[in-house]
Amino acid sequence: MMDFWIILTAVLVASACSILGCFLILRRMALVGDAISHAVLPGIAIAFLMSGTRDSMWMLLGATAFGLLTVFLIQTLQTFGLQSDASIGIVFTALFAVGVLLISLNAQHIDLDLDCVLFGEIAYVPWDTWTLGGIQMGPRAVFMLGITLMVILLLLGLFYKQFKICAFDPAMAAACGIPVLLFHYLLMGMVSMTAVSSFESVGAILVVGMLIIPAATAYLLTHRLGIMIGLSVAVGIVSAISGYLVSYLLDASIAGCIVSVAGILFILALIFSPSSGLLVKFTRRSSSARTAS
Amino acid sequence: MNKQDKQIPPLTVSGMTVAYQRKAVVEEVSFTLPEGNLIALIGPNGAGKSTLLKAVLGLVPSIAGQVSIYGDAYKKMRSRVGYVPQRESVDWDFPTDALDVVMMGRYGHLGWIKRPGRREKELALATLDKVGMADFARRQISQLSGGQQQRVFLARALAQEADLYFMDEPFAGVDAATEKAIIALLSELKRAGKTVLVVHHDLSTVEEYFDHVLLLNKKLIAAGPVETTFTPDLLHETYGGKLAIVSSDGRETLVRS
Repeated sequence: MMDFWIILTAVLVASACSILGCFLILRRMALVGDAISHAVLPGIAIAFLMSGTRDSMWMLLGATAFGLLTVFLIQTLQTFGLQSDASIGIVFTALFAVGVLLISLNAQHIDLDLDCVLFGEIAYVPWDTWTLGGIQMGPRAVFMLGITLMVILLLLGLFYKQFKICAFDPAMAAACGIPVLLFHYLLMGMVSMTAVSSFESVGAILVVGMLIIPAATAYLLTHRLGIMIGLSVAVGIVSAISGYLVSYLLDASIAGCIVSVAGILFILALIFSPSSGLLVKFTRRSSSARTAS
Repeated sequence: MNKQDKQIPPLTVSGMTVAYQRKAVVEEVSFTLPEGNLIALIGPNGAGKSTLLKAVLGLVPSIAGQVSIYGDAYKKMRSRVGYVPQRESVDWDFPTDALDVVMMGRYGHLGWIKRPGRREKELALATLDKVGMADFARRQISQLSGGQQQRVFLARALAQEADLYFMDEPFAGVDAATEKAIIALLSELKRAGKTVLVVHHDLSTVEEYFDHVLLLNKKLIAAGPVETTFTPDLLHETYGGKLAIVSSDGRETLVRS
């Protein structure tokens, strides 16, 4: 049963991250995902201090608010003429630092381990259960991730065409009357929710891996957005399950193994992709060299 | 189109001023477009042509000025306006095909929830056919040439089924076949009574392709029919010293230096 909960948690993290990752990399915002996944820390700490519990809903709300604040601050700095990479670097490290300070100053009140924030510990997930009216409902992380994934599927299901055109051609979208900014913040809100609900299990750094690597792998393999999202989720889930098995065999960090497997899948796609893989490019080049000579 | 529309111009802009970080790029521009014409918006680099277009469409904020489209605010008249952005403004490596891009022209008409369906697909295929791209409907957009990409953008604007079109440099960097296709399309739009405002760079083709011109260099220098407005004097005023006018074969040719 413990294995089941851990694998389910990993699969939920992978699915939520892989779907959103597609939109992040297509909008060239992979680093904004990185920024959000770190900058939600003060939100988590403040929610913890205010509510005094690890109540999931408070954390989800507080951290999502900080996620959106991050995006807003990054954009504001850019309008002052600062480069986008510099803006991202300033905002997320500063907010993350505030979070670290808040936690270390209130160490006796906050039951949060900084190592856990950075690297996560998915193996503890089954013990941290959620009870409703005295009944054990299963691990808390599974519920938070389940709700997050449901929100993602609902919003993307309803507004797929808006998210697509906002990613491809925001100017056209705006000219058509689609509220580009609203969909931008919806996407960022979903990324924040995902970052909060996954950070305890896989940690802030590895959330970024799951946001970007499966989506980048799928990007190499297809020329259709719908298929890209499907493939990305498949890569995410395969990484989650086989990563868990590898960690069991090696007796190593579960989250570390999951992202390593995703990295290996990415390298395989880079070499063997039928359209843009290195192997295809190499054979094409050598065959064209042969016809030329 | 009803009779009332005939009296209301497709586009009236008054006192439009746009500034980027306190530096004015478009100053006090006012003009009215005549219905059913092909209009070229010309001026030197940095004259604010694209910016003016974007400000009219509300894509960049203007600090002053009013826009009236068929007598009403743009927000109410969106469905009658089609827009072709500069080709470089989007990422052509995006995972999608030509047909899908053209169907995006229908998104504005579909409302919040409705997804593009068979009707949208048929319309998109028909407009792709009009620009000579029917055979490329399922081609990934990164595998199209620059001219073909431009034609996909035009097909997308046609799919918007608008009455007033804005095109931002559709002729920039395209091959001869595409240039021909665009010209054919423009004259078809004109026959159908549509109004088209085109940001244009190539002065040598203005007289051939367009009815009206707007000469812009931050301020509007002149606006009117090509015969009376596209004159050496006014062009000198627009381009300053950057323009040489060479006479050859008894005909004036414009050379931009």
